[in-house]
Amino acid sequence: MSSKSPFILMSLALFLAVAIILATGMGFLAIAPLEVIQVVWAKVRGAGIAAGINPTFPFVIMEVRLPRILAAAIVGGGLAVAGAVFQAILLNPLADPYTLGVSSGAAFGASLALVLGIMGITVPLLFSVPLFAFIGAMTTLVVVFALAAPDGRLSSNTLILSGVIVAAILSAGIGFIKYLADEQVGVIIFWLMGSFVGKTWSDVTLTAVFVFPGLLLTLYFARDLNIMALGGRTADTLGVDSRKVKKILLVCASLMTAICVSVSGIIGFVGLIIPHLLRLVLGPDNRLLIPACFFGGAILLLTADTITRAWLPTELPIGVLTSLIGGPFFCYIFRKKQLGQR
Amino acid sequence: MAVAKNNIHTDLLFAISKGCFAYRTNNVLLDIDLDLVPGQFYGLIGPNGSGKTTLLDLLTATRPLQSGQIMFQGKALADYAKKELAVKIALVPQQFAMGFDFTVSDLVLMGRYPYIPRFSNPSQRDLDLVDEAMHVMQIHTLRHRLITDLSGGEKQRVVVARALAQDTEVLVLDEATSNLDIHHTIEIMHVIRKLVRDQGRTVIAAIHDLNLAAAFCDQVIVLKEGRIFTTGPVGEALTADLITEVFQVQAEVQAATLNHSPRIHYTLS
Repeated sequence: MSSKSPFILMSLALFLAVAIILATGMGFLAIAPLEVIQVVWAKVRGAGIAAGINPTFPFVIMEVRLPRILAAAIVGGGLAVAGAVFQAILLNPLADPYTLGVSSGAAFGASLALVLGIMGITVPLLFSVPLFAFIGAMTTLVVVFALAAPDGRLSSNTLILSGVIVAAILSAGIGFIKYLADEQVGVIIFWLMGSFVGKTWSDVTLTAVFVFPGLLLTLYFARDLNIMALGGRTADTLGVDSRKVKKILLVCASLMTAICVSVSGIIGFVGLIIPHLLRLVLGPDNRLLIPACFFGGAILLLTADTITRAWLPTELPIGVLTSLIGGPFFCYIFRKKQLGQR
Repeated sequence: MAVAKNNIHTDLLFAISKGCFAYRTNNVLLDIDLDLVPGQFYGLIGPNGSGKTTLLDLLTATRPLQSGQIMFQGKALADYAKKELAVKIALVPQQFAMGFDFTVSDLVLMGRYPYIPRFSNPSQRDLDLVDEAMHVMQIHTLRHRLITDLSGGEKQRVVVARALAQDTEVLVLDEATSNLDIHHTIEIMHVIRKLVRDQGRTVIAAIHDLNLAAAFCDQVIVLKEGRIFTTGPVGEALTADLITEVFQVQAEVQAATLNHSPRIHYTLS
């Protein structure tokens, strides 16, 4: 780990903090960054709001914008870290958090909850969709692992193939559910495209409870992930229990993905591109890459969400937006890198 | 057994008794009895599918034995912690695919992993050993290059340097030179040979090229169909009859002279 690493991470953290403050001030009701800081600081201390600040600001900041912004940041960070872990473990820079079919499982669960709602057989919708999505994601993970289990080394080919098979079956299932939903299929499609509309502090807490411990666990194993890039056999002779680390981190990254998906719907791109892009810039050392991915993913998704919320005349699904902005940007970087190598 | 007879009073490095391993249909090893002493260059030879890689996996404890026992320095191999073994046995694999662009020196430094505590930086000694390994393998000038940009031969030298930096008593090579041109093959074999001669390390190398084995090894271990066919010093064990029987080719062995190691010629029937 180079001596520049702490500086890079501090800069990214600072950038994220500034982005959060600026984003909180943006929207239909513009609030100056200084006022945002004053209100949040007052709330944190439990003090009253200083005179001269619009009395509706505290509500807008604390109950409407901040939870949504933080949820977007944590989900973005979680997806990017999960993506980095999947890429490192599967030794495949094209892997993403959805490679093992976790997103399809979540989508199937959510669609099922929504269609049950449409057919009038259900518990309150708000509660059931994330729960169903989470159960769907975890069930998928169990099935994929069971399929891959006979391969003692859990090789990346076996895992990816198992994920692809299960995801294919699930998307057929989702198709069937959409068919059942008939005219109200829009509800399902909209959920699948992902959104942070109406996120509350409970969503923030829920994602934080999974994503932060997950991040710490991956940081703990970051060095082992570097060694595992040499291949399982060599890693084993260097003292890494590669099978154990693989299992722990795959479950950890899948759990982070599952919770993110169940809260926000399926947001593509962040988990694939952020680790990829940061690896191009910072190099492959996971001890720097993984924390950098957290900040990078958080900044990207927060920015995208702020654009749909505050700039665009109507809210675009965030998954669509991330791919529309990030895709061409990635093409540009990728092309430049390819040309630079010659 | 020849090896044990010659060195009956020496402490054994490895002692395998009644070792069996079966994985699906191939990679089978049956009733392996094998004693290895320190300070020797062992060549492991045998046809494809005779179980060479599996035997190396057992010795490096990357696969568990299914029955029987392997003792390493007087203690059951299975009782060692992975980290304990990592400072005693290093592996140079045959194939090396690296999708991530670490620099050459980063990669060689990975050999020091078992010595560097988690969340710590490498010590001066770690860096010195990495330097030395890169010099020995003549990749010092490539140190800042990305591993993904190197040629096959350069990559393999990096992998050997990584194992040298691990600084272990035992070095296990799984056809480590079979993707290299003859120049680099001989160069690597000379380096390995020197480790055995000058530093008393033990090398166990699976080798396809019989002449290479004859030129550099002290002892050969011959595998056929998952069993040990024979073991012994190169000059005694590598006979024309043995090669014919194990590899199904007509062979002729030119005995070693003062200036030449034994030479083997073979033709298909």
